Amino acid sequence: MSNAGSAPIKIAGLTGRSLVVVLLVLATTAALPLVLSNYQLELATEMLIFGVLAMSIDILSGFAGRTSLGHGAIFGVSGYVVVYASAQAGFSPAAAILLGVIAATAVAIIFALLAVRTSGVYFLLLTLALGMIVWGICLRWTQVTGGENGLRGDVRPAFLAGHRAFYWAVLAATTVVSYAMWRFVRSPFGLTLLGIRDSESRMKSLGYNVPLHLFIGFAVSGFFAGISGALYALFNNFVSPSTVALEQSVEGVLMMIAGGVGTLFGGFVGAAAIIALENVVSAYTERWQTVLGLTFIVIMIFAPDGIIGALRAILPRGGLARERYKD
Amino acid sequence: MSEPILSLSDVVVAFDALRAVDGVSLTVPRGQRRAIIGPNGAGKTTLFNAIAGVLPPTAGKIAFDGHDITRLPPHRRARLGVSRTFQITNLFPRLSVRDNMVLALRGRSPRKFSLFGKSDVDGSEGSQIDTALEAVRIAGRADVMVNDLSYGEQRQLEIALSLVTSPRLLLLDEPAAGLSPSERSMVAEIIRSLGRDITVVLIEHDMDLALGLVDRVTCMFEGRVLVEEAPDEIRRNKKVQEVYLGRPRHA
Repeated sequence: MSNAGSAPIKIAGLTGRSLVVVLLVLATTAALPLVLSNYQLELATEMLIFGVLAMSIDILSGFAGRTSLGHGAIFGVSGYVVVYASAQAGFSPAAAILLGVIAATAVAIIFALLAVRTSGVYFLLLTLALGMIVWGICLRWTQVTGGENGLRGDVRPAFLAGHRAFYWAVLAATTVVSYAMWRFVRSPFGLTLLGIRDSESRMKSLGYNVPLHLFIGFAVSGFFAGISGALYALFNNFVSPSTVALEQSVEGVLMMIAGGVGTLFGGFVGAAAIIALENVVSAYTERWQTVLGLTFIVIMIFAPDGIIGALRAILPRGGLARERYKD
Repeated sequence: MSEPILSLSDVVVAFDALRAVDGVSLTVPRGQRRAIIGPNGAGKTTLFNAIAGVLPPTAGKIAFDGHDITRLPPHRRARLGVSRTFQITNLFPRLSVRDNMVLALRGRSPRKFSLFGKSDVDGSEGSQIDTALEAVRIAGRADVMVNDLSYGEQRQLEIALSLVTSPRLLLLDEPAAGLSPSERSMVAEIIRSLGRDITVVLIEHDMDLALGLVDRVTCMFEGRVLVEEAPDEIRRNKKVQEVYLGRPRHA
């Protein structure tokens, strides 16, 4: 596939132009705290966290062809466990994060066991229903979850209390997690998910146990959604039933679609676009959700492949287009 | 050579009251080329699906190379060496030809579970892929997206995908469906050049193509085996002509 010998500099599987782009993006995002206000920096932090959630949804949507409406719940479970473990049960932040991610992965595994034999709208509805169950539990199990009041607790360790320090920590975590997701979708296993997206029956006749592959894909996707949820708990120091609600799942899916299904890093673009829009518009009107809805319709009509997809179409044979089909 | 690689005994596939395959028994010796012919609705594709595992038989037994595979799911049969093509082209349209071949090749290798590894093709994989693509005469098209292939090339890739795993039984479901005459003769050439270590069972509507390729022909009609003969005898068989052309009407 790649022509050996013509790649003198190679870091983490990246060469030449894409390496330069990645380093530039990292340097720019790392320098943001020097120019942004605290409020803007919080928004940037939120964009990174939700970008990870959108990417985790894209693993299933863009690669396995299964769109989940249950990832908000997986994300939220991680958040609940992190806040509960650190504020109520007295675990250290690191242990709380670990428990949160484990819990999210466990929930994803349960979802996966039930959902991997379905596809299309059935998969969508089943994951939606499972997410609603999680939301119901968070709402009703008041002794543990605090019911409608949610759970509050200072989860962040002291050295991450400042806006800048926290932003850098989230950026570092996001970079590592994004790299892991990128490796995952480009691995031999990631290719099998693409195969399932394109033709399940052919995959079966080639000897693949399709449900098993979807199960693994779902569990890995849930693991990454759990990391995003844990970061959110640190960011917000508060979780409530709205953290696990359907709106959360829908928002994640919208971010992924706005960025571009199957582009993976489009998750960040979509998260940035929607969070920015949300904050700009809500300064002028209470009806920002109407504006969000309209924006979404415009994206669907004029850029059905998302923002990244539209950029690829405008810049034919440019870096973005080549990156995907390079091998 | 005479030991059968595939044997079906009294296989029935029923959809409620409709017995699409109604008590079919047949044995295919190792290395044979066998055609299954018959008019539309004779149950050929249903029988194929029963052999490939897509539709488990309602009754009867299917044995492959000494294993009872009657209840085995398709991916387990594939691992035993049963490989099939589809009547309606069934590829991975949004991947390159090479990635299609990689998926076909890794279906039986543990590498498919490498979650974070590199997906580069290694040396032996590369040569197996090149061999299969050459066998179906699309070696120069490895880096093209399947969506951008012509229909004829897609049919050729269809065969390459089932060949690359070095199967022992190749099930070809109308390999020449929808092709032009010149493309048909190319497909015939491809099938003819396959090694005798592969047993081939093919369904084909084009009698000339099918009869010119095989050692033995099974003609099905209304879910049952009508006759099983050598190609030359099939050509002259009155019963076969009747089911294809219709029996002379009596008033």
